[in-house]
Amino acid sequence: MTEPAHTRGCALVTGASRGIGAAIARALAGDGWSVGVGYRSGREAAEAVVAEIEATGGRALALAGDIAEPGVPDALFDALEAHFECPVLVLVNNAGISRDDLTPSLGDAEWDAVIDTDLSAAFRLTRRALRPMLRARHGRIINISSVVGLRANPGQANYAAAKAGLIALTKTAAVEVARRGVTINAVAPGWIDTEMTAGVSTELLSAVPARRAGTPEEVAACVRFLASAEASYVTGAVLSVDGGLAA
Amino acid sequence: MATVTTEQVQQRVVETLASFGPDADQISRESSFEELDIDSLDLVELAQVVEDEYGVVLKGEDMKQLKTVGDAIDMIVSRAE
Repeated sequence: MTEPAHTRGCALVTGASRGIGAAIARALAGDGWSVGVGYRSGREAAEAVVAEIEATGGRALALAGDIAEPGVPDALFDALEAHFECPVLVLVNNAGISRDDLTPSLGDAEWDAVIDTDLSAAFRLTRRALRPMLRARHGRIINISSVVGLRANPGQANYAAAKAGLIALTKTAAVEVARRGVTINAVAPGWIDTEMTAGVSTELLSAVPARRAGTPEEVAACVRFLASAEASYVTGAVLSVDGGLAA
Repeated sequence: MATVTTEQVQQRVVETLASFGPDADQISRESSFEELDIDSLDLVELAQVVEDEYGVVLKGEDMKQLKTVGDAIDMIVSRAE
């Protein structure tokens, strides 16, 4: 029998210094994965996530870099693979930013920044990830999309376009590589209690059938499943984690 | 790259193609990718092996022109020189 994937490879989670990304990094480490904790500016927070994982017997590495810069995605992979001396077999494209404004006044800079980080970087990371995954005949890519990629939320045209684009990337790439044992899925969180949603209007919350916000751990549990051996026949799917908001 | 011989490239290409399904003894220079049931994803993966081992970058457009195993070997050898 083939050894479990987590003993043959490692996992990279982008935007993992806090919120959903940190919860995902902890969950994957709990399943035995050596985890790259990607971050852009939250060095202390990323190192705290690493320390927490190591304190529970796991292995993790904080990886700094702005993934919106071309070249950084490849460098993150190279650093992680060299450190743990194994290929990346799980990639979680979680890093994201938002720059909200109504479309008539949304600036080019705000549009570009969100597309670069939330969509283009995920593409570059996916392209790089597929190299070792195709060779290994095993891989899991999980793209953290959003309910706003499925359902309108005024003020987020850039973020929604990026997150819907991520779903299209997920589906297309998934069918391209499905026969190599590589699965690519999207998770679409709704309103989740994080720093990112802390300053946002709570108008959307009243529309959530579950009548509450979700937790980062509830999203991480879904990612953990999609990264597991048990999810081997799930690919090109979008799993909503939103208390029924997109239903 | 001067040390790369056609024989070495041929051996590596055949080995890689065989990992995609066809028997190694079924693969010759004259075999077409179509008859070997080698598809576009297989060719992308072959290009990555070639890049990693010989430093030769083969783009999608390059791969599209290749019809036979011999075409691939000749292109890799010529670019590696």
